[in-house]
Amino acid sequence: MSRLSIETPGRAQTVLGGLYRDMGRRLSASQPGLCPVDMSLNFLRLCHAQTCGKCVPCRVGLSQLAVLIEQVLDRTATLETIDLIERTAQVIADSADCAIGYEAAHMVLKGVRGFREDYEEHVLHGRCICGLSQPVPCVSACPAHVDVPGYVSLVREERYDDAVYLIRKDNPFPSACAYVCEHPCEGHCRRRMVDDAINICGLKRFAVDHAQPVPAPAPFPATGKTVAVIGGGPGGLTAAYYLSLMGHKVTVYEQRPKLGGMLRYGIPDYRLPQDVLDRDIEHILTTGITVHTGVSIGKDLSMEDIQKSFDAVYIAIGAHTDKKLGLEGEDSKNVVSAVELLRNVGEGSVPDFTGKRVCVVGGGNVSMDATRTALRLGAEQVTCVYRRRVEDMTALAEEIEEAMAEGCQILPLQAPARIEADEEGKVAALWTRPQLISSYGKDGRPKPVDAAEKEFRIPCDYVIVAIGQAIVAQPFEAVGVTTNRGAIQADLTSAVPGAGNVFAGGDAVSGPATVIRAVAAGKVAAANIDNYLGFEHKMRCEVDIPPAHLTNTPPCGRVNLKNRHLCDYKGDFSLLKEGMTREEAAQESSRCLRCDHFGYGIFKGGRSTAW
Amino acid sequence: MVTLTIDGQTVQVPEGTTILEAARQANIRIPHLCYLKEINEIAACRVCCVEVEGERAMVTACNNPVLEGMVVHTNSPRARTTRRVNVELILSQHDCRCATCVRSGNCQLQTIANDLGILDLPYQTQLPLGLRGAWTTTFPLFHDYNKCIKCMRCVQVCDKVQSLSIWDVASTGSRTTIDVSGNRVIKDSDCALCGQCITHCPVGGLRERDDTQRAFAALADPNKITVVQVAPAVRASWGESLGLKREEATMERMAATLRRLGFDYVYDTNFTADLTIMEEGSEFLHRLKSGGLVRWPMFTSCCPGWVRFLKSQYPELTNQLSTAKSPQQMFGSVAKTWLAQKLGVEPEKIFCVSIMPCVAKKAESELPTMATEHGPDVDLVLTTRELVRMIRADKLNPALLPEEPMDSPMGTHTGAAVIFGATGGVMEAALRTASFLLTGENPDPDAFRDVRTGPGLREVTYEIAGIPVRCAVVSGLGNTRKLIQRLKAGKVHYDFVEVMACPGGCAGGGGQPISVEDEELYGVRGERLYQLDREAPIRYSHENPQVQALYQEFLGAPLSERSEHLLHTDHKGWSMPNQL
Repeated sequence: MSRLSIETPGRAQTVLGGLYRDMGRRLSASQPGLCPVDMSLNFLRLCHAQTCGKCVPCRVGLSQLAVLIEQVLDRTATLETIDLIERTAQVIADSADCAIGYEAAHMVLKGVRGFREDYEEHVLHGRCICGLSQPVPCVSACPAHVDVPGYVSLVREERYDDAVYLIRKDNPFPSACAYVCEHPCEGHCRRRMVDDAINICGLKRFAVDHAQPVPAPAPFPATGKTVAVIGGGPGGLTAAYYLSLMGHKVTVYEQRPKLGGMLRYGIPDYRLPQDVLDRDIEHILTTGITVHTGVSIGKDLSMEDIQKSFDAVYIAIGAHTDKKLGLEGEDSKNVVSAVELLRNVGEGSVPDFTGKRVCVVGGGNVSMDATRTALRLGAEQVTCVYRRRVEDMTALAEEIEEAMAEGCQILPLQAPARIEADEEGKVAALWTRPQLISSYGKDGRPKPVDAAEKEFRIPCDYVIVAIGQAIVAQPFEAVGVTTNRGAIQADLTSAVPGAGNVFAGGDAVSGPATVIRAVAAGKVAAANIDNYLGFEHKMRCEVDIPPAHLTNTPPCGRVNLKNRHLCDYKGDFSLLKEGMTREEAAQESSRCLRCDHFGYGIFKGGRSTAW
Repeated sequence: MVTLTIDGQTVQVPEGTTILEAARQANIRIPHLCYLKEINEIAACRVCCVEVEGERAMVTACNNPVLEGMVVHTNSPRARTTRRVNVELILSQHDCRCATCVRSGNCQLQTIANDLGILDLPYQTQLPLGLRGAWTTTFPLFHDYNKCIKCMRCVQVCDKVQSLSIWDVASTGSRTTIDVSGNRVIKDSDCALCGQCITHCPVGGLRERDDTQRAFAALADPNKITVVQVAPAVRASWGESLGLKREEATMERMAATLRRLGFDYVYDTNFTADLTIMEEGSEFLHRLKSGGLVRWPMFTSCCPGWVRFLKSQYPELTNQLSTAKSPQQMFGSVAKTWLAQKLGVEPEKIFCVSIMPCVAKKAESELPTMATEHGPDVDLVLTTRELVRMIRADKLNPALLPEEPMDSPMGTHTGAAVIFGATGGVMEAALRTASFLLTGENPDPDAFRDVRTGPGLREVTYEIAGIPVRCAVVSGLGNTRKLIQRLKAGKVHYDFVEVMACPGGCAGGGGQPISVEDEELYGVRGERLYQLDREAPIRYSHENPQVQALYQEFLGAPLSERSEHLLHTDHKGWSMPNQL
């Protein structure tokens, strides 16, 4: 007999390994509104199945916990049972030998403490507080609730014009979103239970790239009411578009020379070409919106005047000013903010970084945009400095990967300490303090702390600061608009409390967010301003949705968009991502499970045809 | 048109037709449970699964449209297995003690299971026990969690047809059930008690509170004089589940049957329907002439489901209801006064039972305002279905009984009263008498036929003695909500509006026999009532000789003090749970 042999997993283990992956995907696709107590019980059962059986708390305790939670769900428990669950779980957490036991108990504890009222409702009334109200995952996850299964099925039928027309019912920026939306719709896509989420954003891009110009729906009869929209970004223009269709006379005031807001002045052309954005804006303007560009509220026009001369005002000014690092040397020459850099590039004033070394500070999407823009401006070396780990960066993983693939360096776990300037006052280096990743903070993320290492010097010619944006709200305070932590205070209905006919939304209220959030805020504002003006105009779309195919396609890989082959990034701001081929779009759209037809969606809440 | 093949048969149907309806047109029946045409096409029960060539999985026939060239097999081995297993699974979470179920013999699940020859179940029975399976025993509507098969029909009927959304899916996962929406209990809800959820339930998941044993107890009590009244719409439906043809199920057979059950006096709610016309018609003319109907119309008040709806949804319009009691309640108060005098008995000894096509009537009879010093006007309300169960319990065969007349005086009625049982009937009867009261002459009895059957809402303006009377008739609470919204928006103005909570009026009432084939029968039942009206010797309420005698001997005139006391009510004297 040989002394050792290579171990290979048995057939059962291989299959089980596949099932673990299936289950992982499945969990990530859980729909909102499930009973938290029932889910806890079934997580616990899964945990208990992992028990090796050696120790009492885990072997017996988890089993008894399951019995007790089942009693809660069966309404045979009393309120004391909940206390017993908590006590037992605490002892298991304290006395189990390994993580299999104590982590399982911790999950129960988190639940019994985090949603005790759900436990109590089951005990007292045999019911669940939760309720399935959002049956189509993609539609409910989309902040603007765009009819995703509707347009995906239209793409499948090659009815691209109808697809775009349908999207515009809820989102007048189909093109911009097709290129840069963070697509939260894909997060809970039920297709993940089969293989992987549908590439919804890619299909939308296929639709907008292949649709002919579609005229806007006929507006409602003129109401004689006037609305001012302050800010010509995605949020402001969304509100303007729908309010205009509702028959109100809309005037948009934009500070910059062109409309588009962050879409034009914050997102680089290689991600969103200006002509793509212009398609959306031109369509929006066909509804007869009056636009005044180059107008600053507070400087060129007072907010009081606007409030008086319009029946309603929507403030959608976004978050355009940069936050400062507050470090020594920050006022050196060649320290620039990312917002400013991107804005200048968007306006055509392109700095030359040829041969320069650039440090970008920050780990969000703006930082990635700045990093990749610097590379395209000819920088010899671009280093993105971040105080946490790469996996903690808030930028989309895809953006980070692409930045790295393009040749940018990411230097994690370095906190900026100070900026060293040369004798001319120009940036010479960025000094950083090395960090140690440590325990989890209240935000659920591991915190960086100073490591016991020496400061680190990164020689560079430019420092680009991308650590967040703020808003300028002073001009609006005159009419009773208040701010808190740099954000305008507005209700979830967009109404600004105590400011009469003034509404506000988008980044200015929520802090820097995404395009689709701004669009959603504009939609909410349009509906509520319409009501405020005494109307109830409903936005509808007459496109008939193709019936669902009878059975779904078997497991099939997800089509991802590919990047154009590029050898030299310098000076190349042209679009990087290639759209799907017709073949790819046909296959990808056929993967949609049509949750509007199959499942709860056909019963309740599957499709809202009007808002 | 789309051409397809179902079980080897070539079928041609319009585009958009479902597989199930296409098969039906070819006389191929695909078993189904949850499907309710145009109301519940959600493919929840999965019993209607068929095999479609070229598709990986089974396809539900109820909610998928046919496609050109489709080849469907409804009885392939895979289709048979799918149907059988899904029915077995439903049965495993269904209380299968059919012997003690009110729907036995009239249950779609029982029929399918029997047809499939399911003799034993391979699955463990799983039923909610203890408090999770408990429901109030006193509310007129009873929900049985253990019989409910979660087909969602009740949810949809209440949402889409009645617009009250009383029912909803509650909980998730293995404990998903149907319960009162918004985590309420039924007693605290704004349920109108229309009973449409019951009549659209395929099994015994919903029923009325069973009062048959209380009725038998009263019949057995020698100290009680049992007086029974039968509502107009009951005569059009009671024979359906007794094997009687509609023409055979006469009121004379009903009288014979009720006497065999032991009732001492057999009367007709039609008598007080005629009385209602006298009171409500006079009230209407009074309100019309005094200018009280300029902004809002007068609403009829004989449908208690509608009254509950109005009080819970639009309490601010309560004063627009006619103050006239419903015929059922008028009957009770007259029985315990005038009739008691005529019979020479103590009113307290009279036990007044009514047979109604309605569940809400049970709640109406229990209102604190529906009583006099002699006790409640009506002591017990039975639905048509409960009456049928009592007839069955005594093994009576009405077909073999002789026809017997109703008792006098409260068995006398006119054709105008019979049509109270169909949507538009109250309006038409009232217009016949109002016209007489205004002109002194009887109109053509069919002069107001335009308010009869038709769409959910009918609007007609009649000119009577030079006065334009703007009338609207609506049935179904969803239609009613639309009408009130239009009224409130000032888009329409009426003088007189008849509302019936159930689609088609009492003919389609929530207490009526249930069609196991899911047929909507209010149309044919309504036709029967109009036929009885046509054949009636007297067709004007004001010509009912016993009603005339009642006024002469006892009440004086419509709206007299005594009439007000006995025949009218204060709709604000009680509250719906959501008003508290």
